[in-house]
Amino acid sequence: MTTRIVELRRGILKKNDELAAELRTRFTSAGVLVLNLVSSPGTGKTAFLERTLRELRARGAKAAALVGDLETDNDARRLAASGAPVRQINTHGICHLDAEMIGRHLEAWEGVSLDGLNYLFIENVGNLVCPSSYDLGERIRVAMLSVTEGEDKPLKYPGLFNSSDAAVITKIDLAEPCGFNRDLALRNINEIRPEIRIFETSAKTGAGMEEWLGYLAEARPA
Amino acid sequence: MHELSIATSIVESVTEAACKYPGARVKEVRLRVGSLASVVEDSLQFCWGLATEGSPLAGATLAINKLPVIVHCDACGTDSEIAGVQSFRCPKCGELAADLRQGREMEIESIELEEPDTPTPVPVEERV
Repeated sequence: MTTRIVELRRGILKKNDELAAELRTRFTSAGVLVLNLVSSPGTGKTAFLERTLRELRARGAKAAALVGDLETDNDARRLAASGAPVRQINTHGICHLDAEMIGRHLEAWEGVSLDGLNYLFIENVGNLVCPSSYDLGERIRVAMLSVTEGEDKPLKYPGLFNSSDAAVITKIDLAEPCGFNRDLALRNINEIRPEIRIFETSAKTGAGMEEWLGYLAEARPA
Repeated sequence: MHELSIATSIVESVTEAACKYPGARVKEVRLRVGSLASVVEDSLQFCWGLATEGSPLAGATLAINKLPVIVHCDACGTDSEIAGVQSFRCPKCGELAADLRQGREMEIESIELEEPDTPTPVPVEERV
């Protein structure tokens, strides 16, 4: 028997990365800004997205959403109330979305074409670990945490926060009753991802939404 | 728990690469995994056993080379390894360092094959 070492130097998720790169090219040429929203279950991704879709629509922008969930279509039905096109992706137990799922659902989405959109939001499955490894072709990855979750979330999940382009703190209307330490939360986010844009929001009161919508408008391809 | 998906991707990729060496057995698969890659080593090892079972890779070991985070500091212009992943500060000058140079890798570096000493005969239909 002889032993041979074969160098591969190949990304473990090469297939996903290649599909994501193709999607990114398509998104760029269609002029659509794609965002991937990642948080734990219960952070308020859906409420935040619902408000975002409604406000964008009121401003005349065309936005749509792909919503990942393990089993139900509850979130998609909630979001559809905003009037924006929404499509559910049920992963049936898989803890993250991947680029293949995004491509497949875009293909099958009747009545929605990328060329007709300004924004596409992808609401990932509620999970702070696994989605951070899977590129979906997005331009902006958004890490979200609510004031009820604890200020040390960024320290516990550095993989996600460090790979994100923006951080959104949700439910700030509950900051006081929860004893939320704002300075500590902001400091922790900055320690893990220096220079990241941070938005402090409430989908309920609308606090911070203007700044967030301003950011979206700036980031949108000309 | 995406380690099973990761293990399955590695099995697919390595099986494809090993096809070029007929008769060879894969002894070891070597990975480079950054500390920020959100991969739990124990969990990946466990899933590796499941993913390789009954496949041509059954019995192959998985060697995981965990890479520390390296940041580039704009303030002092140096690259440094940081301890842990709790604070992205330059260990030399203490400034926050946003420029990540290493730490998110998820790569199959190499595979170790065991080949029989006598070359496997070329199948008849491929002989010219």
